[in-house]
Amino acid sequence: MLVEIQNLHIGFQSRTGFAPAVKGVSLKLGTEKLGIVGESGSGKSLTARALMKLLPKQTRIEADRLAFDGIDIMSASEREMRQIRGKRAGFILQDPKYSLNPVKTIGSQVAEAWRTHKGGSKRQALEAAITLLEQVKIRDPKKVAGSYPHEVSGGMGQRVMIAMMLAPDPELLIADEPTSALDATVQAEILRLIEELVSERGMGLLLISHDLPLVSHFCDRVAVMYAGRVMEELKASELLSAQHPYTRGLLNCMPSLIHPKERLPVLTRDPEWLK
Amino acid sequence: MTIEIDNLRISFGDKEVVKGVSFKVAQGASFGIVGESGSGKSTVLRAMAGLNNHWSGRIAFSGEDAPLKRPPAFFRKVQMVFQDPYGSLHPRQTIDRILSELPLVHGMNDIDARIARVLSAVALPQSARFRFPHQLSGGQRQRVAIARALIAEPQVLLLDEPTSALDVSVQAEILNLLADLRVEQNLTYVMVSHNLSVISHLCSHVGVMIDGHMVEQVTAEDLRLGNVQHAHTRELRTLSVELEEPA
Ligand SMILES: Nc1ncnc2c1ncn2[C@@H]1O[C@H](COP(=O)(O)OP(=O)(O)OP(=O)(O)O)[C@@H](O)[C@H]1O
Ligand SMILES: Nc1ncnc2c1ncn2[C@@H]1O[C@H](COP(=O)(O)OP(=O)(O)OP(=O)(O)O)[C@@H](O)[C@H]1O
Ligand SMILES: [Mg+2]
Ligand SMILES: [Mg+2]
Repeated sequence: MLVEIQNLHIGFQSRTGFAPAVKGVSLKLGTEKLGIVGESGSGKSLTARALMKLLPKQTRIEADRLAFDGIDIMSASEREMRQIRGKRAGFILQDPKYSLNPVKTIGSQVAEAWRTHKGGSKRQALEAAITLLEQVKIRDPKKVAGSYPHEVSGGMGQRVMIAMMLAPDPELLIADEPTSALDATVQAEILRLIEELVSERGMGLLLISHDLPLVSHFCDRVAVMYAGRVMEELKASELLSAQHPYTRGLLNCMPSLIHPKERLPVLTRDPEWLK
Repeated sequence: MTIEIDNLRISFGDKEVVKGVSFKVAQGASFGIVGESGSGKSTVLRAMAGLNNHWSGRIAFSGEDAPLKRPPAFFRKVQMVFQDPYGSLHPRQTIDRILSELPLVHGMNDIDARIARVLSAVALPQSARFRFPHQLSGGQRQRVAIARALIAEPQVLLLDEPTSALDVSVQAEILNLLADLRVEQNLTYVMVSHNLSVISHLCSHVGVMIDGHMVEQVTAEDLRLGNVQHAHTRELRTLSVELEEPA
């Protein structure tokens, strides 16, 4: 098993008391594509960050088991984590530009990611970086390699992050809203690339997304989160016909191109869901 | 306010990235922009918002040409919601401070009540008020960015991917809120989004951009029906329709 999460709890101490954010999440992932969808603020990003041990210091975290490829994350040292992060496991963060270094060119950052794990000369690394940028469908990759993060568009920044995370051939890719800033054609190409890595190299994918149709078409399984818990887990292909009232409610809120709605239905949140 | 954009050109150094874009938006209407990543959509909005001084052509609000350097009152009337909410929220300021800024600058009264109202309008708990941006989820940050634009009671909203980080239930609440505000206060919107369902829900007209050009303008109705001319528009539509079909 690539990822095992059992009964994960995450919470924060604030002025007004202790606030739990993740309340007993359990998930497993092999060499497959698992989607996580659900309410904004339900703990999707926190769950992913916990797996990479990337939570702020004062965070309270407990779990019966939290493991990457058999390695216990709860007890792993920072040194052990550095062997995993960005090498064995890539993590595409929700705010891509924020995670790029503003004072270094894009090319040098992608090259660095490649070189740290693959070695070789600077020149080789820069060439590899340009090939990677090409792979994520960046037009004029040479020019973009020489640009700084503030000089590229939202979707270009997102693709640079993807290129960086794919550089070391990771075994696991955690992608938090990786394609939310991409137009449909580029999105389709990027997903095709990720699909290849999953099926040819046996990579595992944890895809966090708000795009229910996308997850349903692209992933194998999907977990639906609400208020810090997993409401249900089902085959991704069955997502659009899910039965849980929360998931049904979500589906109902979606605008549609072909079946326009005068006004969008909103979700009535039922305390019963948390029982 | 009506909006008129005529032959807008924008360059960074010697690289032209917006190459003669023109469109019109009637008062109280919404215009959507879709298109290739890197085609210049955000750059057009930023120039409209007065955040870029390297443009030529014509940008006019209510028939009046906007000068390169906008007067302070302009920034109350025209507000922009940025594509990258994290980057546009000051990391060391609480949400309360971030939301107070515009009302303070413009000498508005009842700031406290305004903040409370705008937070609930974007479905954020009042407890979010004294947190810092990094203590919120991605979607919560995006809602703060929307709240900040709304609190100044603008007449024009320029929205760059305003719902891309929101789950569909919160997205529905925000889209309904935007639709209501438009009716109640006769607001005018220009919205960039990659999601054709979202665009066609809120906007009656849609422009499609590739490589600095607006290659096609269609009504939302024609986009729905597939009455489109340009190959890129057709491709975007096909991919969107395919996704809507069950897997
Ligand atoms: N450092 C922090 N201090 C306090 N609360 C936090 C902190 N980080 C996150 N939270 C809270 O924990 C909850 C879960 O956050 P998380 O980022 O995991 O949500 P999410 O499911 O990824 O949402 P979104 O879809 O909006 O990105 C949110 O309510 C958020 O406000
Ligand atoms: N400050 C800048 N300096 C140099 N080039 C820039 C700058 N800002 C944007 N560009 C370039 O202008 C072009 C258009 O960028 P823009 O951000 O408007 O694209 P976009 O259509 O919004 O794309 P996306 O959908 O990916 O957000 C891109 O090629 C980008 O690299
Ligand atoms: Mg998140
Ligand atoms: Mg943009």
